[in-house]
Amino acid sequence: MRFGVIQFPGSCDERDALEACGRAGDATMLWHEDTDLGGIDAAVVPGGFSYGDYLRAGAIARFSPVMGAVAEFASAGGPVLGICNGFQVLCEAGLLPGALLPNEGLRFLCRQVELVVENDDTPFTRECEAGDRLSIPVKHMSGRYFAPPELLDELEARGQVALRYAPGQNPNGSERDIAGVVNEAGNVLGLMPHPEHAVDPLTGSDDGLALFRSLAAAPVTA
Amino acid sequence: MKATVLIRPKEGILDPQGKAVERALPALGFSGVSGVRVGRMVELEVEDASDLPSLCEKLLANPLIEDYEIQEH
Repeated sequence: MRFGVIQFPGSCDERDALEACGRAGDATMLWHEDTDLGGIDAAVVPGGFSYGDYLRAGAIARFSPVMGAVAEFASAGGPVLGICNGFQVLCEAGLLPGALLPNEGLRFLCRQVELVVENDDTPFTRECEAGDRLSIPVKHMSGRYFAPPELLDELEARGQVALRYAPGQNPNGSERDIAGVVNEAGNVLGLMPHPEHAVDPLTGSDDGLALFRSLAAAPVTA
Repeated sequence: MKATVLIRPKEGILDPQGKAVERALPALGFSGVSGVRVGRMVELEVEDASDLPSLCEKLLANPLIEDYEIQEH
């Protein structure tokens, strides 16, 4: 399993993502101007402030050359993991449903939260059981997941809500405590919390490894 | 030609920025202000005004969460 981590101008979590991927498989860094993903088996769109988050978080990064290749990779069934700003980019690119709005409390949040695995039948969560709790940090300004109510109902019905904040721990006002969603095909996951910052007990938790290990164990379809 | 695009959070979507502004006003002695919403304004010059709607849909606004209004000058 070879992971490719995509670095944009303004990314800041690509090194941790590379480290986390490296604990589950091989990992390589890609650049936003690359138009070829170089035969990777899974793509990671990391956190940060791509293109300064100008206009809206993720709005400009979605037009970068590499995102065309990511869209093709995803439509061919390749697994794509978007973390934080990466989640925002994937939503703006239309690869994931919904949008991320400024936090309800208007503050930048940086704290450990508990997530509940809602769907354990995705390439990202298959090493977990539904109901498992993962302790993973969030750090963001615009993490309030939003989709219209009818779309939320559809997402829930199709099992696209992969991860939820544990009851009482929704940090940002996300609709229905949603922390992470997958696309309809299930091969693209976006989440606001940072599993790549939770891969070693030294930093408080290694629960984030489950996502990378799940991907490494998933059959490659792209 | 010059154009102005106004972008607003869609009706019904919580706008914490607007709320924060609203809450700050009484401290400055302004009472009776409600319904504050904060959006964005983009000024631009375009050769072909017919590009404006798709430019708004694709980049300037996210139609899922924002409404936009084009004013041509």
